[in-house]
Amino acid sequence: MSKWEMSLLRLSALLSGVLAVPQTAWAMHIMEGYLPGSACVLWGALCLPFVVGGVLAIRRTAARQPRGMLLLAMAGAFIFVISSLKIPSVTGSCSHMTGTGLAAILFGPLHATVLGLIVLLFQALLLAHGGLTTLGANTFSMAVAGPVVSWAVWQLCRKGGVNRKVSVFLAAFLGDLLTYCVTSLQLALAYPSPEGGVAASAVSFLGVFAPTQLPLAVIEGILTVLIIMGMESYAQPELREIGFIREGA
Amino acid sequence: MSKNLKLTLVLLAVVALLILVPFVLAPGAEFGGSDDAGSQMVEQVTGQPYEPWFTPVLETALGGELPGEIESLIFCVQTGIGVGIISFAFGYLVARKKYKKDDAHTPLKKD
Repeated sequence: MSKWEMSLLRLSALLSGVLAVPQTAWAMHIMEGYLPGSACVLWGALCLPFVVGGVLAIRRTAARQPRGMLLLAMAGAFIFVISSLKIPSVTGSCSHMTGTGLAAILFGPLHATVLGLIVLLFQALLLAHGGLTTLGANTFSMAVAGPVVSWAVWQLCRKGGVNRKVSVFLAAFLGDLLTYCVTSLQLALAYPSPEGGVAASAVSFLGVFAPTQLPLAVIEGILTVLIIMGMESYAQPELREIGFIREGA
Repeated sequence: MSKNLKLTLVLLAVVALLILVPFVLAPGAEFGGSDDAGSQMVEQVTGQPYEPWFTPVLETALGGELPGEIESLIFCVQTGIGVGIISFAFGYLVARKKYKKDDAHTPLKKD
């Protein structure tokens, strides 16, 4: 038996052990050095217009809606809190939420991109969580794709006349879930399975992420609703200034 | 207002339940996350071991992994920054509403 076969056997034994007990999933961000260089550059490049647009959008908010900056700071702080809490999930592993939905609902996806990037940098540099090489990919999933979906869901629900709280919940919930779908897809593109290719690989990565993330997405949805309820009670003038509450509404 | 309070309490209870239920459902589970699981998953999908090609800057600087206690310290710092800002803001907003009750909708003067 060659060394390679031996290690394969060991791996399969390990896997059966892992599969027998609840699976351990991987907390959220793609780790340092886990994406090929070309993918790092590609995802980074895709994020670039959002980051630049986000900085410009925040400057505009600072100039035209200075009172809204308090809410922006709160939205950023919300991401700090939410993404630092590792929550146990039914699968017996921990993961954490994104928190970018709130900023996307209040201000739009561009603001959320910048805030998310700050948190990702904090974690990549100080915590070795996520990484600098995978920063582009993680920014794309957590700070671009998630917020865009949150924002789109929020807008659709508003137009459709869905209850305010339900809309907020759905937007944050779906944005969080989509972040993990994108992460799975990014990993699948980098690691296509030998038999089924990218699609099969995406399904298996998703299979690990989804059950862990589903309850956490529900929690994120609820917490976002709570903080918006708080803002609606106490920050009416600010919400009006950023156009979250229409005049007379 | 009291309707909001009730909803808040119910929602918080749901959050607590969602977090606590896993402990009951999966007793003895490790509740690990992140690091090694990543390489395992990649190996499982591609069928071959994978070596990351870049180590985190921090680990290079420290010459090893961040010790667990220090990691939790920095995670706490992250939480602390966030909670600090949010509670400061809500403190300000709540106090403003409380002391400005008479002219509820007039914006504060700001230079």
